[in-house]
Amino acid sequence: MANTDDTTLVLGEHRFTSRLLIGTGKYETFELMRDALAETGTEVVTVSLRRVELDLTKESLLDFIDLDKYVILPNTAGCYTADDAIRTCRLAREMGIGKLVKLEVIGDEKTLFPDVPATLEAAKVLVDEGFTVLPYVMDDPVACLKLQDIGCAAVMPLAAPIGSGLGIRNPYNISIILEQARVPVIVDAGVGTASDAAYAMELGCDGVLMNTAVAGAADPLKMARAMRLGVEAGRAAYEAGRIDRKMYATASSPITGLI
Amino acid sequence: MISINLSGQSKQVAPQTSAATLVAELGIGARKFAVEINREVVSKDRLDEVVLQEGDEVNVVTLVGGG
Repeated sequence: MANTDDTTLVLGEHRFTSRLLIGTGKYETFELMRDALAETGTEVVTVSLRRVELDLTKESLLDFIDLDKYVILPNTAGCYTADDAIRTCRLAREMGIGKLVKLEVIGDEKTLFPDVPATLEAAKVLVDEGFTVLPYVMDDPVACLKLQDIGCAAVMPLAAPIGSGLGIRNPYNISIILEQARVPVIVDAGVGTASDAAYAMELGCDGVLMNTAVAGAADPLKMARAMRLGVEAGRAAYEAGRIDRKMYATASSPITGLI
Repeated sequence: MISINLSGQSKQVAPQTSAATLVAELGIGARKFAVEINREVVSKDRLDEVVLQEGDEVNVVTLVGGG
């Protein structure tokens, strides 16, 4: 089991009460994004780094993200090499948004699955440079062990392809990852609805990261609230200790004193 | 005029233009940003000192929404 205490999610120097991390992409408007983030109760929001457009719009993302309320987690989305991901993290640090980074090195454009060897390579360099690295990775227990050995602050195995909404495709692998984990395990990518988030937490995950599931919902504000409740319910159920699964019935009503 | 590559596009700038001047022209305002020249980060406190050279590849990045 991962080494978080029962009530907070510990990522590097940060301690969070909310176990739901939210992306800021794909919203129709910045206002909607801002309101959805608030509904989720999140404390950590992911952002991307991109070249400045030559004709900038008036509004900027950070105008709608209260830096007193949220910790910014820059990602290296769009990077296909370790070098690009490392450079992106260095640029993020130069921007002054801290040293927490979500490391993504993509291996395939269609599935957006991570290039695990390149992720390991980038993680080594970034950990050495003092970053608090949260790596997006396959639901591969061996890869997760290697990332922990390198010194990553968490591991973030995917549930399913980014934006696919399929939920956890391999709960057995996620369970093995959890069993072997010495750092928090955050399911990242592929979550579709509240039951997916609850399921991740019931398995014993320390958190869930999602973007499309909220931003792409017909009503993002309602889904934001649903996800908040889903993560809380799942975590509470996990902490409660569920009954065992059995093949046959065990009566709930007394079997003596029958008329 | 010298030729640099800014954010993937060719651009002409006057000789002795500093990185700071180039950034100012982009109209970033109060946005958070960072600068990379030839794949190396240039820290903010050095932007005034760094003079653009012919063929420099410059990236100026900011934060956008992402998952």
